[in-house]
Amino acid sequence: MAFELPALPYAKDALAPHISAETLEYHYGKHHNTYVVKLNGLIEGTPFAGKSLEDIVRTSEGGIFNNAAQVWNHTFYWHCLSPNGGGEPTGALADAINAKWGSFAAFKTAFNDKAVNNFGSSWTWLVKKADGSLDIVNTSNAATPLTDTSVTPVMTVDLWEHAYYIDYRNARPTYLDAFWALVNWKFASENFAK
Amino acid sequence: MNFTLPELPYSYNALEPHLDALTMEIHHSRHHQTYVNGLNAALDGSAYTDWPLQRLLKEISALPQPLQQAVRNHGGGHANHSLFWQIMSPQGGGEPTGELAEAITQHFGSFAQFKQLFIQAALSRFGSGWAWLVKDKQGKLQVSSSANQDSPLMEGLTPILGLDVWEHAYYLQYQNKRPDYVAAFFNVINWPYVAELYQEKQ
Repeated sequence: MAFELPALPYAKDALAPHISAETLEYHYGKHHNTYVVKLNGLIEGTPFAGKSLEDIVRTSEGGIFNNAAQVWNHTFYWHCLSPNGGGEPTGALADAINAKWGSFAAFKTAFNDKAVNNFGSSWTWLVKKADGSLDIVNTSNAATPLTDTSVTPVMTVDLWEHAYYIDYRNARPTYLDAFWALVNWKFASENFAK
Repeated sequence: MNFTLPELPYSYNALEPHLDALTMEIHHSRHHQTYVNGLNAALDGSAYTDWPLQRLLKEISALPQPLQQAVRNHGGGHANHSLFWQIMSPQGGGEPTGELAEAITQHFGSFAQFKQLFIQAALSRFGSGWAWLVKDKQGKLQVSSSANQDSPLMEGLTPILGLDVWEHAYYLQYQNKRPDYVAAFFNVINWPYVAELYQEKQ
């Protein structure tokens, strides 16, 4: 069965003013959808047809990997954002952040630094390692920590220019400020608990 | 040497309607400027401040490891954008003539076949990067693409035509429609300048 574009967990205008409805029109309605359409076209009639998205991401390469991973990355990213997001995490995730970076503020600085220096189209991720500790990792283009069995993705920010160019032009740091106002810590905490 | 942002050889609105003025302004005054600043900052205090840009890229493997990535990203960005502004013109478009036209026909069969290959290179580059027409040391032409700001100079190749396919190059005007941007680019290519680069000795 062909993959379908998953529903956005909120309305397209729900993240404004931090991320505009126009950005989501394109980012979700065009970019994310194009990855889904292309993936379906590429896997049709191949051994990948009928497999789960995660299986395809973990076992493919080239165009199939790029499109499958981008479908997965974007769905994960939408859930990392929420109109009721922002603030700071609580509970076990907050404890793990403090254990690694000393404070939420120091974590945020480290994450921003990693994201600002992630060159070109890319993603910056908060991941949980096998020993339960946290780390920040950068990936390029469609690459995703999903293919690294030793880590669990906790949250991510999309750093392709299409994620912020309509709203913030070249100002990636300003987009990151907006991102922090939207982070869905409840979703991130659920991922951390996995 | 302190690198500086080169002036555009035309006004920001000169390539309209193919490339809009706001895109050109942000692309030149912010993106390109950032590469210039990043390159200067990386080289500051190093033993390589008197190396010209082309040498930094051609001999990048001779640089200390920590400098290589900065020169690749920011030096590549400075070189690529400096070329990009020159190979476009408000009087551009059409097809090359003379020796370049003959070489394109010789290497690719026809201008139409070259154009098809170049468009394919521009559309199949996943993520941020560039499509190129380059000449090798024997003067032989090739179409290629590179990721991010990687310059063909690092491979010993001389770029004579380059198309920026980073989303910042087209997003305000064309959004996700990279094919429309690539088609528009062919209306502004400054073929006489590309022909000069083709004829320059290595």
